[in-house]
Amino acid sequence: MSREDVLVTADWAEKNLGTEGVVFLEVDEDTTAYDGGHLPGAVKINWTTELQDEVRRDIPTQEQFGALLSAKGVKNDDLVVLYGGNNNWFAAYAYWEFKLYGHENVKLLDGGRKKWELDGRTLTTEVADRTATSYSAKPADNSIRALRDEVVAAIDTKNLVDVRSPDEFSGKILAPAHLPQEQSQRPGHIPSAINIPWSKAANEDGTFKSDEELTALYGEAGFDAGKSTIAYCRIGERSSHTWFVLRELLGHGDVKNYDGSWTEYGSLIGVPIELGAH
Amino acid sequence: MCGAPDQAVELPAGTDLTKETVLTGRVVAGDEPVGGAFVRLLDGTGEFTAEVVSSASGDFRFFAAPGTWTVRALSRRGNGESVLTPASPGLHRTEIAVG
Repeated sequence: MSREDVLVTADWAEKNLGTEGVVFLEVDEDTTAYDGGHLPGAVKINWTTELQDEVRRDIPTQEQFGALLSAKGVKNDDLVVLYGGNNNWFAAYAYWEFKLYGHENVKLLDGGRKKWELDGRTLTTEVADRTATSYSAKPADNSIRALRDEVVAAIDTKNLVDVRSPDEFSGKILAPAHLPQEQSQRPGHIPSAINIPWSKAANEDGTFKSDEELTALYGEAGFDAGKSTIAYCRIGERSSHTWFVLRELLGHGDVKNYDGSWTEYGSLIGVPIELGAH
Repeated sequence: MCGAPDQAVELPAGTDLTKETVLTGRVVAGDEPVGGAFVRLLDGTGEFTAEVVSSASGDFRFFAAPGTWTVRALSRRGNGESVLTPASPGLHRTEIAVG
């Protein structure tokens, strides 16, 4: 797999905004960002209400995902280009869900909103109106999703990649520093996890680093390319960014995202937790 | 500005400033506030910790901890940074000049 199969550049995106069969979808942590300006023709996805079940703590079901994409006007054979703020965290999370439900033709806009804005490219407040489709989601591909028991079993066995900041990893803080810190779960990390913050995989403008830089980054941090891998963070969005790097850019085979992540693991009764840096 | 709410200290309901170390500030180019700047929080070793976008009035906010922090802004008007060294919880302010 090459970069061109999973990423588009801002230049490519700008030239293909109106192209038939290409759908731009924006997903932001700040769910109001789209309303203040977005790529012309892009449709908004709200991760808090549309990329998770609103009652149970879980991703949408196959039926819910199909209904969502139908409502957004996405066809099964469309090329979906995902992008968003915060260095594509939530766009990467959406990408992972698209792959999970079998949408093969999906790519990320390299650099997301940040590069687009820093480049001074066009944004519009005009809300795109796409005709509804009847999208059919495939059954969930759980080979890219890790659940809690599998994570506990992976201690000292698989690569456990904790992509949170060093202070979250060591247990000094519980959430990224732009969020309030009062939480119910215990601080720390899963024993045997290596800490490779997601941010090290991205340049300052939000684009991904080169394959050579990424390979060196994970190698130096103790990532074993011969082992299966589970990536986690706090709620599974930053780890989607790293899952994307390891599986989609670097081509590692068995890489899973643990979307329960620290908010689940740090709340489990009886599981081992390690504190401090390595 | 008497009586006008100060955007820089508008905190989420329930924020306890005896426990939270809040870093807040404004991105400016000369006397003008710079909205839409990408402001990143770097820890004492220069490691990326978090990133937010400044408001229309140039304001930004982080929840951190006592220690040494760098706030660095990227914007179409230019880049800049500033260092904060909060010794205890509470509200800590700075300004980042860009351009």
